[in-house]
Amino acid sequence: MKHYSAFAVAREALRYHTGWERAWRSPEPKKRYDAIIVGAGGHGLATAYYLGKNYGIQNVAVIEKGWLGGGNTGRNTTIIRSNYLQDPSAAIYEKARSLYEDLSQDLNYNVMFSPRGVMMLAQTQHEIRGYQRTAHANALQGVQTEWIAPERVKELVPIINIDGPRYPVLGALWQERGGTARHDAVAWGYARACSAMGMDIIQQCEVTGVRQDNGRVVGVDTTKGAIDCDKLGIVVAGHSGQLAEMGGFRLPLEAIALQALVSEPIKPCMDVVVMANTVHGYMSQSDKGEMVIGGGTDGFNNYTQRGSFHHIEETVRALVETFPMISRLKMLRQWGGIVDMTGDRSPILSKTPLGGCFINCGWGTGGFKAIPGSGWGMAQLMATGHSPLTEAFTLDRFKEGRFIDESVAAGVAH
Amino acid sequence: MLILNCPYCGVDAEETELSAGGEAHLKRYGPGASDEDFHDYLFMRENPKDVHLERWRHSNGCGKWFHAARCTRTLEVFGTYSAQVYEPPQEIKDAISAKRPGWTWRDFS
Repeated sequence: MKHYSAFAVAREALRYHTGWERAWRSPEPKKRYDAIIVGAGGHGLATAYYLGKNYGIQNVAVIEKGWLGGGNTGRNTTIIRSNYLQDPSAAIYEKARSLYEDLSQDLNYNVMFSPRGVMMLAQTQHEIRGYQRTAHANALQGVQTEWIAPERVKELVPIINIDGPRYPVLGALWQERGGTARHDAVAWGYARACSAMGMDIIQQCEVTGVRQDNGRVVGVDTTKGAIDCDKLGIVVAGHSGQLAEMGGFRLPLEAIALQALVSEPIKPCMDVVVMANTVHGYMSQSDKGEMVIGGGTDGFNNYTQRGSFHHIEETVRALVETFPMISRLKMLRQWGGIVDMTGDRSPILSKTPLGGCFINCGWGTGGFKAIPGSGWGMAQLMATGHSPLTEAFTLDRFKEGRFIDESVAAGVAH
Repeated sequence: MLILNCPYCGVDAEETELSAGGEAHLKRYGPGASDEDFHDYLFMRENPKDVHLERWRHSNGCGKWFHAARCTRTLEVFGTYSAQVYEPPQEIKDAISAKRPGWTWRDFS
């Protein structure tokens, strides 16, 4: 792998950019790997990367049904924050956020992390109390957030309407070091770094079965033939249930569509991320100038990667009240992803009933922000059998009543 | 846009008139049940990528709950039926079988 640098750009400019090589190899699968990761999205690739980097396990394959980063990694609104209420969530999301800080240097790939600040608006009395509680919890957890008054909100976001009759802005939970990153670049950067370690990223290869012997995983069947492995990590978001079924166990998940949309590009008008959970819309401005808008999930089980139009209407209608100037914006693109929702709206990073098989799923509507932390914890779990980052997120917590109840903490699915 | 026929008022209702109510025909375990059964009742959904039996409410219409059989992969609707049953009536099962031969669902209680 050739190092990316200012010098490399200059060198390639002198020879008409003929020397750039492919960012990652596309090899045929080998017969056997120490570990196989199913799913080449952000979480899967990050898991592979930290297996190699932190634990020296580099004989790894990442198998992907479609194309790399083409699932929810390429379909989210790129928001990064860690202002969660519960300790286990704050720990893993803050680990992720802090890894994002120098991810570009670590991967030698510009993931365009932009810690522009994330603001969660309080628009009801209930939300004021909720967010003040979260701010206090964050102080104890070592996560830097603060409660700010409406005047400060207006100062940070001049285009906001803070005294609307229906949704007045009463204050906000402000995380200054939250922000956004380029979602595709996160997947591409991890893929390039994995490939450089000698790992095989096998795209267009669907896993069709999980082979097991005496209660232990021994390999997978794929559309490119059988591949042996010692350890298997299933990191496939919306289709986790199908993979688990192949492994002979079940997951407490439901697959639901979540949509997002972007407007036509306009001049810079908002340099922070604003989330409004009462009306359930969130918005940020991309580097191209598009307003990136997300809302809530559709209400019913759905695997189609497209959602219902009236949810978009509800999201936009609410945001127009809070940001009157967007009312004449044309929306350019809309898309949907399949999110895997758990009962407590927190993820599952766990061993499974099948020996040597690990699962990382259930990130629901908030997985992108967690990619580095999730990969870090999952790699530790797969390599050593235990990780302090993931120990609360086990599969059996539902049976034992140890919920990590963020659906209550956030007031919405996050 | 999803359109379901409400078996009570007969209206072809589109999504904005309806509220989704999740998986249908759950067996409700309560006090005295085993941990396993209670856990499965609370959290384990079929979540199939195919035929899904589910509950809907005609909330901005007649207000009644009803059942629907729908495919989560194609959004095709096989039919809707009364809420007062423990399993789909034969004609709904036949309608599903005609389109999805060999479809399965867990045991009806």
